[in-house]
Amino acid sequence: MSLFLEQLPIVLDSLNEGFLQTLKLFIVTLVGALPLGLVISLGSMSKVKPISAVTKLFVWIIRGTPLMIQLLIIYYLPGLAFNNPIWGGGEDGRFMAASVAFIINYACYFSEIYRGGIQSIPVGQTEAGLVLGMTKSQIFFKVKLLQMIKRILPPISNEIITLVKDTSLARIIALQEIIWAGQAFMKGSHGISGAIWPLFFTALYYLVFTGVLTVLLGKLEKKLDFFR
Amino acid sequence: MELLIVENIEKSFEDTKVLKDISFSLEKGKALAIIGSSGSGKTTLLRCLNFLETPDNGKIYVGDELIFDSADATTQKEKDLRKKRLHFGMVFQSFNLFPQYTALENVMLSPKLLAKDRPDFKENKKQIFDDIENEARELLAQMGLSDRADHYPHQLSGGQQQRVAIARALALKPDILCFDEPTSALDPELTGEVLRVIRELAEKNTTMVIVTHEMNFARDVADNIIFMDDGVIAEQGPAYDLINNPKTDRLKTFLSHSNG
Repeated sequence: MSLFLEQLPIVLDSLNEGFLQTLKLFIVTLVGALPLGLVISLGSMSKVKPISAVTKLFVWIIRGTPLMIQLLIIYYLPGLAFNNPIWGGGEDGRFMAASVAFIINYACYFSEIYRGGIQSIPVGQTEAGLVLGMTKSQIFFKVKLLQMIKRILPPISNEIITLVKDTSLARIIALQEIIWAGQAFMKGSHGISGAIWPLFFTALYYLVFTGVLTVLLGKLEKKLDFFR
Repeated sequence: MELLIVENIEKSFEDTKVLKDISFSLEKGKALAIIGSSGSGKTTLLRCLNFLETPDNGKIYVGDELIFDSADATTQKEKDLRKKRLHFGMVFQSFNLFPQYTALENVMLSPKLLAKDRPDFKENKKQIFDDIENEARELLAQMGLSDRADHYPHQLSGGQQQRVAIARALALKPDILCFDEPTSALDPELTGEVLRVIRELAEKNTTMVIVTHEMNFARDVADNIIFMDDGVIAEQGPAYDLINNPKTDRLKTFLSHSNG
């Protein structure tokens, strides 16, 4: 017990640092993927056949392959294939590569949710806007957008919760997120080795964080309860 | 004076001819009812007037203005469509109110957006918006909905929703108000309140085109009736005569089946 208490502050310091990286990756992914997903969804619904075909092919490839492999390809391929390691070395380079991989991957999942949301709005809403002399963009922003947000919020919340835990995949390119930090104490880190409890302990961070997110997203959903 | 003239309108979907050479006209201040069985083309005709469908052939005049000519591409420019649509108001069978806005906001939304095009919008914004709100409240009062102005659509009955939709269409002061089976989605006990409102509009000489299944209502409210059958106008004439003394067998059969 005294050994645990001795190790605790050291481990917490390290896990906090790892969690900060987890949090950064989470936020950057959301900020990038939420809008990019809208662009992709508009592409996949495009009336121009080549655009929708290429977009759908892209979404299929990204959703059809493991994010872990995508991380490896995006991180290593430029250096291996083109002799051009664009990401630079070190933690910053790994973070950049991880961010790009996560944004692309999550944007594809979001795009399908958006598409479902947009297509679920009755055509009568668009027609009502048209006969009232609205422009296409006014109809989208003033009429359809909020209805769409209300409909997609539950599935988007689901993806967001999944993203929290998916960030741990970035350790495959040695990004020093929280699980990487916890695992380090098994091999040896900060003078502690052979300890597996820090790795188990990381679960608490995820649990608290997803708990906070669940409450926030629930509040947002409630806010949109005023209409049906 | 003829306010609306429709000439030789034709429309097909895939290989099905839905409208075959439809021509009619409507005088200012008159109400025209369009009756006919489902699939006879009456809703499509209404949707052509609002440019929700583009006719394959034909011409449409409002007043002296040729607003559509299938042979003249300059009358079909996308950017002019928006302005042309404003000649017509449209009340849908399924109301199509915007669920995230209150009754009042539904009525005000489009006038407020259109006001942005006015040259004096920036300097008089407050005044313009106040005027729009006053007019919207006035319209809701006309519809007997003063106490429902701040209700959201899901808090209103179907009849109330449809009356809000009528107020919303009137807010843009259309030349011609179109109704697409305005009571078909309503429970029988709610149709009366909507029909009453339309009747009042007719008494105020609102120019209207009403697609309806309510035969008695069409006879009492409309000045003229068009009976459509299989994409053509099978019979037309003054409302009372047409319902009480149908000339064609097709209309006789139709009326005997619709005991409304």
